[in-house]
Amino acid sequence: MKIRVPMDSAAKALGADAVADALRTASEAAGIDVEIIRTGSRGMIWLEPLVEVEIDGIRHGYGPATPADAAAILAGDSNTALGPVEELDWMKRQTRLTFARVGVIDPLNLDEYAAHGGLSGLRRALGMSAEAIVDEVKTSGLRGRGGAGFPTGIKWDTVRLAEAPQKYIVCNADEGDSGTFADRMIMEGDPFTLIEGMVIAGLGTGATKGYVYIRSEYPDAIAVMGRAVETARAAGLLGDVLGSGRIFDLEIRVGAGAYVCGEETSLLNSLEGKRGVVRAKPPLPALEGLFGRPTVVNNVLSLATVPVIFEKGAAHYAGFGLGRSKGTMPIQIAGNVARGGLFETAFGMPLGELVNEIAGGTATGRPVKAVQVGGPLGAYFAPARFDTPFGYEEFDGQGGLIGHAGIVVFDDRADMLGMARFAMEFCAVESCGKCTPCRIGAVRGVETLDRIRHGDASAIPLLTDLCATMKDGSLCALGGFTPYPVLSALEQFPDEFAVPRVAAE
Amino acid sequence: MPQTPAQPDIAELSALIEAHLHLEGPLLPILHALQAAHGHIPEAALPLIASALNITRAELHGVISFYHDFRTAPAGRHVLKICRAEACQSMGATGIAEATLKKLGLDWHGTTTNGAVTVEPVYCLGLCACAPAAMLDDRVVGRVDAAKLDTLLAEAGA
Repeated sequence: MKIRVPMDSAAKALGADAVADALRTASEAAGIDVEIIRTGSRGMIWLEPLVEVEIDGIRHGYGPATPADAAAILAGDSNTALGPVEELDWMKRQTRLTFARVGVIDPLNLDEYAAHGGLSGLRRALGMSAEAIVDEVKTSGLRGRGGAGFPTGIKWDTVRLAEAPQKYIVCNADEGDSGTFADRMIMEGDPFTLIEGMVIAGLGTGATKGYVYIRSEYPDAIAVMGRAVETARAAGLLGDVLGSGRIFDLEIRVGAGAYVCGEETSLLNSLEGKRGVVRAKPPLPALEGLFGRPTVVNNVLSLATVPVIFEKGAAHYAGFGLGRSKGTMPIQIAGNVARGGLFETAFGMPLGELVNEIAGGTATGRPVKAVQVGGPLGAYFAPARFDTPFGYEEFDGQGGLIGHAGIVVFDDRADMLGMARFAMEFCAVESCGKCTPCRIGAVRGVETLDRIRHGDASAIPLLTDLCATMKDGSLCALGGFTPYPVLSALEQFPDEFAVPRVAAE
Repeated sequence: MPQTPAQPDIAELSALIEAHLHLEGPLLPILHALQAAHGHIPEAALPLIASALNITRAELHGVISFYHDFRTAPAGRHVLKICRAEACQSMGATGIAEATLKKLGLDWHGTTTNGAVTVEPVYCLGLCACAPAAMLDDRVVGRVDAAKLDTLLAEAGA
């Protein structure tokens, strides 16, 4: 009997390890021969720990499971039974390309990875010229999944055409945005797909060395990626790539708790062993990146999507999506939601459908007040804007951004002025200090919002003016985008700003 | 687990530093290794690092003080990180964190008087779909409430 229990950290945070132990103990007590396989998470976090029992090749789900359910799960009569996992509405409504294997395979089993389509993209890429590889990525329409949405193929081409004795592929796994966890789930649930994507990036650009910069807040992801790299090296996926004579190797590096290091130039400084301050652009990292060498800096999801593009073809990938937002996006639904988790779908689904139908509204059962899309630098969307389709340009047109595609839902008790103040406070804590609008502006922003909180309406124009300065004058997205949550809260919830709160204080 | 170390041995510190010198950009890996071994970056290691990497003490101080993770003094035996970010706030994290700090008589970054636990803020653990989230040392915990935090703190000996 094969039983799968996730080892994803969200599942562990909800007790998956204890459930796995209980299943082991219960199977021994009942004299049943059970193989317990630890996998990534399917992304249905509200059902975690989600146990899957394989019967005749079909996986039947039980969740959320507790250790007390173990015996009944083994007997097949647990009231946590969900039926075949693939038939669940959440799974059927998705288009899983990047996340096809996550929750399905043992993340550290390279044979199982290959049996589920892994390495076929790399084998195809090994037969192509660098130019053809880059063209394939261009044709796929893949855009940077970290948030900026820059076309990945064009970035690769710049590095390909640059001449240098050493080029690098740097994977930005400093996923610091609240409401996002897709990078973590890939690294914990299908690490080889990220490694394969980086190898293909190396082949396409002439880079022979890669780094994965993982935030220190992700100890489980760091551990899984470390073991995956060792396995990949032993199996010849890294080093002399599959015996092709082409060289690519990579190292895992760990961040040190600085949010700003998710900004690419700051990340490069951090990798070099410096303070993680932002660099002015130009020069572009593609020309002068890590140690001054041409460097591809891509988000985990961008690189992890490359293998499926090569496996199924660029046209297949580009066949999904909306307008210039091609392909699929792993959307992370979080915060105060009935059903939170990871939902990969083609671009274009309206925000309201994600919040009300997929997520099922709030966890508390209260009305939705606002949704923050794209992390702490993303705008708040009130329900009046829920018809906005999920796409780069569509959100930009509404004064927002999709960022790394995390959506955080708040119920009607959310204090929007408080959230605006938190955005400024967070910017002040995490500012790298290099540019004045961000370093000083964030502190002044907190003070100004406090004045507004105490009923000083004359501070509102000051706040909008400060936000304009931060937007236009900051070197990077931290200072430049902090105004998004602040101004969107002010615009959509004006009643909460500058109302004397005698009774509330 | 961070603990108050004995006076670190210079040869041992040097060996730890040298073990990373083959890396490109070895400073962060060195600092992580020192902190993993000693619970903080020992003062005695600073001139050794500066000399090994040919950087000034000021540059080194700049790096250590830039990153939230690095400590120049020992923390409690356990570190409890409570997430303050938006997704956790949407599920009531702010109130839970405030109540916990009040009960322990601490501010953020403070350590209980018995030296058992240091409480720190963290901005996202990637557990946003099972918020509020916390982490005791390297162990993640989701859907945290006052009772779960009490259990964690009791385990840690606070």
